Amino acid sequence: MKIVVLAKQVPDTRNVGPDAMTPEGTVNRAALPAVFNPEDLNALEQALRLKEQFPGSTISVVTMGLPKSAEVIREALYRGADAGYVVTDRCLGGADTLATSYTLSQAIRKIGDFDIILGGRQAIDGDTAQVGPQIAEKLGLTQVTYAEEILSVDPENKKIVIKRHIDGGVETVEAPLPLVVTVNGSAAPCRPRNAKRVMKYKNATAAAERTPATAEKYAALIAKKPFLDITQWGAADIDADPAQIGKAGSPTNVKAVQNIVFKAKDSRTMTSSDADVEGLIIELLNEKIIG
Amino acid sequence: MNSVFVYCEIEGTTVADVSIELLTKGRKLANTLGVQLECICAGSGLEGVEKQVMKYGVDKVHVFDAEGLFPYTSNPHTALVVNLFKEEEPQICLMGATVIGRDLGPRVSSALFSGLTADCTELEIGDFEMTVGKGADGKPMKKHYEDQLLQIRPAFGGNIVATIVNPEHRPQMATVRSGVMKAEVLDENYKGEVIRHDVAKYVPETEYVVKVIDRHVEAAKNNLKGAPIIVAGGYGMGSKENFDMLFDLAKVIHAEVGASRAAVDAGFCAHDLQIGQTGVTVRPKVYIACGISGAIQHVAGMKESGIIISINNDENAPINAIADYIINGTVEEVVPKLIKYYKKNSK
Repeated sequence: MKIVVLAKQVPDTRNVGPDAMTPEGTVNRAALPAVFNPEDLNALEQALRLKEQFPGSTISVVTMGLPKSAEVIREALYRGADAGYVVTDRCLGGADTLATSYTLSQAIRKIGDFDIILGGRQAIDGDTAQVGPQIAEKLGLTQVTYAEEILSVDPENKKIVIKRHIDGGVETVEAPLPLVVTVNGSAAPCRPRNAKRVMKYKNATAAAERTPATAEKYAALIAKKPFLDITQWGAADIDADPAQIGKAGSPTNVKAVQNIVFKAKDSRTMTSSDADVEGLIIELLNEKIIG
Repeated sequence: MNSVFVYCEIEGTTVADVSIELLTKGRKLANTLGVQLECICAGSGLEGVEKQVMKYGVDKVHVFDAEGLFPYTSNPHTALVVNLFKEEEPQICLMGATVIGRDLGPRVSSALFSGLTADCTELEIGDFEMTVGKGADGKPMKKHYEDQLLQIRPAFGGNIVATIVNPEHRPQMATVRSGVMKAEVLDENYKGEVIRHDVAKYVPETEYVVKVIDRHVEAAKNNLKGAPIIVAGGYGMGSKENFDMLFDLAKVIHAEVGASRAAVDAGFCAHDLQIGQTGVTVRPKVYIACGISGAIQHVAGMKESGIIISINNDENAPINAIADYIINGTVEEVVPKLIKYYKKNSK
């Protein structure tokens, strides 16, 4: 099977420290470590399981972002992916979910041959869950979102059976291949890096990551081992329509961003002493607030 | 002309609470704009479905009733919404930020090239100016927009609140979580129009590609949305064992247990207990926040609580700013004392 996995490098918004915001109220990206979007790892695991089940399958990982987002490609290679594509270009900046899904769908078209496209349900920096379904729509494919587990695949008859979450329950659906599947964080966690693969791919780089100082070293490595060259595409490489990428291709605009300061209420502060806690309980009971 | 639309989600033949809440919000937006409120009900066996929705002030109910439209699958519902919108050209479309709304909304927005904002916590109509490029003189060119949908949502892990607009594309689409907006009957006898569409004209046979082969829906295990008292734990609970103390406290004071996203992510409790922008929105009489720092995303889901009691050993925890009572102390120490003194004094 030919499997495409969508991955995103995201700021780790789960562990936001006090320095995550600048005094001006903007996001201090430098203070947040960049990580592999957690649910994309769940998607990668589903892909790796398919590869085990169907020997000879290949997994291609696609990411769009800054040049350093090639880090997630390396991470996926360490865990068992076969190839990676970094879509990076200045003109892609400022993209909302629609422009992002257009760009990624163009990259997937260029990769061409695929049976299944897997991605995380949503990314933790936006929590929108929109890019997966939008890619499906743009490629004219159906989709299964909120997937928990791929139960079976029948490549011959081009059928897949998937267990997914719905509000208040679960359902099992049968869908045709090819399709887009987005995977939940509650699905099986991704296996760790494989030490041999780390040795094999640790010098894998995308062109945009290489500096004049390191270019020669990497060129020599790639000459011997072509798989160390992570494919890098700009907007022109994927034949992207300038009207549908970056800011121009984004119908949504951020009008205002506000750092929230809670309005202080009249409040009473007390200690954890027995007297204070009992006093509070008695007050709440007397005023029939509880009880 | 250019109505406000609500996509009504339907379980069996019952319109979901979240959709009813959006009808009330949609009615208010439509009033502000001086336009009609219309809704879409798509499923199987929907005779009389309009009785569930009309009283919230719906002027037109678009019914799509056919086998294969329930249970929901992505393609047929996308096709009927997209094809109806091509005819009706609504200016606003609201959907629940549910599994269905978050599956359908992006597909529709992609097909119509319209902006979609997920998980809004407030929706308003407003005017604004925006820079739309540079003029011949190289100076930024501003354009004035009127009567736009302002889509307000916490962003970036809840550290900021962003107002999103999509001035150049229609419909302006937004999803909203269950419980965020409040449902209010407008008029039990509200007279709207019912339009029963020929589904085959909107949904080609080829769209029925996904088969639901098994389905289990259970009634919610907890009653967080309707609970008068909620005890909620955050990352500051420290461990699953400590978190379990909250169930003891809840049992004693007849409360329901909730949690912040951090507590859920840390594995202290089940996902369905999550309160906040990406969980349940609650309005209890009393909210006892235990070891919850108070990220905006959490506060968005509980700020309407009557009385807020914060137990935290960090006196600068953001949640203390909206608390009525603040107990400076560790949860390990305070929670057992609450149980003890409630038992002692509640006779």
